[in-house]
Amino acid sequence: MNGPAPTLQVEGLRTHFFTKVGVVKAVDDVSFSVDRGEVLGLVGESGSGKSVTGFSILGLVDPPGRITDGRILFKGEDLVGRSESQWRTLRGARIAMIFQDPMMTLNPVLRIDTQMIEAIRAHEKVSDATARQRARDALGQVGIPSPDERLKAYPHQFSGGMRQRVAIAIALINKPDLIIADEPTTALDVTIQAQILFEAQKLCRETGTALIWITHDLTVVAGLADRICVMYAGKIVEQGRIDDVLDRPLHPYTHGLIGSVPSRNKRGQPLEQIPGMTPSLMNPPPGCGFRARCARAAAECVRDPDITSPVDGRQIRCFHPHLEDA
Amino acid sequence: MLVFTIRRLMQSVIVLFVMSLIVFIGIYAVGNPVDILINPEADIAEQEATIRRLGLDRPLWSQYFSFLNSALYGDLGTSFVHNEPALELIFERLPATLEIAVGAVGLAIVIGIPAGMVAGLRPDSLIGKTIMSGSILGFSLPTFWVGLMLIMLFAVMLGWLPASGRGDTVDLFGVPVSFLTWDGLTHILLPAFNLALFKMSLVIRLSRAGTREVMLQDYVKFSRAKGLSESRVILVHVLKNILIPVVTVLGLELGNVIAFAVVTETVFAWPGIGKLLIDSIGLLDRPVVVAYLLLTVTMFILINFVVDVLYSVLDPRVRLGDMKS
Ligand SMILES: Nc1ncnc2c1ncn2[C@@H]1O[C@H](COP(=O)(O)OP(=O)(O)O)[C@@H](O)[C@H]1O
Ligand code: SF4
Ligand SMILES: [Mg+2]
Repeated sequence: MNGPAPTLQVEGLRTHFFTKVGVVKAVDDVSFSVDRGEVLGLVGESGSGKSVTGFSILGLVDPPGRITDGRILFKGEDLVGRSESQWRTLRGARIAMIFQDPMMTLNPVLRIDTQMIEAIRAHEKVSDATARQRARDALGQVGIPSPDERLKAYPHQFSGGMRQRVAIAIALINKPDLIIADEPTTALDVTIQAQILFEAQKLCRETGTALIWITHDLTVVAGLADRICVMYAGKIVEQGRIDDVLDRPLHPYTHGLIGSVPSRNKRGQPLEQIPGMTPSLMNPPPGCGFRARCARAAAECVRDPDITSPVDGRQIRCFHPHLEDA
Repeated sequence: MLVFTIRRLMQSVIVLFVMSLIVFIGIYAVGNPVDILINPEADIAEQEATIRRLGLDRPLWSQYFSFLNSALYGDLGTSFVHNEPALELIFERLPATLEIAVGAVGLAIVIGIPAGMVAGLRPDSLIGKTIMSGSILGFSLPTFWVGLMLIMLFAVMLGWLPASGRGDTVDLFGVPVSFLTWDGLTHILLPAFNLALFKMSLVIRLSRAGTREVMLQDYVKFSRAKGLSESRVILVHVLKNILIPVVTVLGLELGNVIAFAVVTETVFAWPGIGKLLIDSIGLLDRPVVVAYLLLTVTMFILINFVVDVLYSVLDPRVRLGDMKS
């Protein structure tokens, strides 16, 4: 590849949890990349390994989990195998993360200003006044009214939506190159979801920050992302430009997902559902993880399908993709 | 806050009243102080004079009402034995008890919280397991036995520390204290540690459980995701959260520490109110016993109040007005 390296490039990442009862292959050979100002949607049902992917990029995988293979290239430099202190200089400074539940991400016994200022001072030696000023500006930036007053408040004095804005402000505060947003709007109601989504996207585009938006809800990323990765059972099964994937899903799983979104169904027809359940990631058998639920499964599906690119700009992991309905 | 205080105050008065009644009747049931106090060789007239002077000739209810009457003016009676106001007797000995009680709580915090956090952060390590075994011992060994063992080891066998008494004292704001002289400090160490042992075990368990729970919270992971150093995560984000239950329980236990001091004071011949109580019970010195118990109850009430206030300072989610008291 020519030109500057993309903001983040993940190659063959495997993150496994070595529990007493077996190995959980939460992330198993995942590759994708995001570039400056780009929004990547990472979609998959609950338990498919999205959060673990996010935490792997921050070097925050909880034991007994660890990255067993692969590379995480941040601006061209591999992070895997770095020391804890090297990770720490990146966390919150160059790579920031927003968590799912805004009620749980802020420390209940510390004031907002404390929690914002410490995020600045962990990376920069600045005076208290400067840090406070920056915290104030960050709150204003995410649309929190009277930021001066709100800085002195405790988390419980904010609504869920406002808390998530504070978390976003903390993520933005050091002007990171990459933000990983792990289902940040799932716990919020729909109108606030849309607002936050829109604003986060706008902020990233303005600052050139790359954004990975994790969600289990395809409709959330439909109007937001540039590209999309569909994750299933620890693997990315389909990847491409958002419009291409939505218009013409190739992988049977994506096909089923899109079929189950109400607005895309023809009126009066029953919702299509994907039969069966998410397989356990504990000691998974070899072969395509979707085959127990796949209508197109055939004999060769007991082997692991490789990543192929049957259509330009698309990548899938399937022996029998939906190529015929073009 | 005002409503909360007033409600508390009214409850306290009722508790004190009921308490005094129970103690009065209780001591009356235990035995007749006259049998102990009066010299059997004195003649009848002399004996009767003493009985009348102490008011013991009147029926119990009448004695109780005159007690209540003077109690309203702050007079809790005069010791039958020492012939001194009961309150004065207690206040003379109170500083000694407070000193080991505060010392004990201090030790429990200073040793218990770090030990509990280490055990919580490394539950499967050798040190974590050692700390937990130690806390089980601290819970289960009886205070008087540990006290005797401490004396045997440090005073008798090693000869490092004195076995009894307060040692040299100096006056601090007119109150004699031991901890400001070297000699006094060596005297206070063993009894304070003995008294602390139980609370320390409690603090260790609370801190360990708290640490383990808090470490799993999203906000700890989020604080790491902000790039904070591990020491800031643990010393600010984790510690501040576990302090809430620890302070609450310890505060509530401060009264208990003073009550438990009875055993430790007896073992170490520490001249505090615990020892005074034991001696007074032995002599059926009712005014002193009543005064001691009323004072202790008042102290419990005060401590609970202070803890509630402190709690609301530590935990911003608590508002005193909403609290069920
Ligand atoms: N600490 C852990 N120990 C063991 N397994 C874990 C741990 N964290 C996550 N997992 C497993 O990893 C898999 C992926 O989890 P996760 O990334 O949280 O899914 P998602 O975010 O897509 O809902 C799940 O099967 C989960 O059980
Ligand atoms: S590889 Fe086979 S089982 Fe897996 S999705 Fe494709 S067709 Fe279905
Ligand atoms: Mg998740």
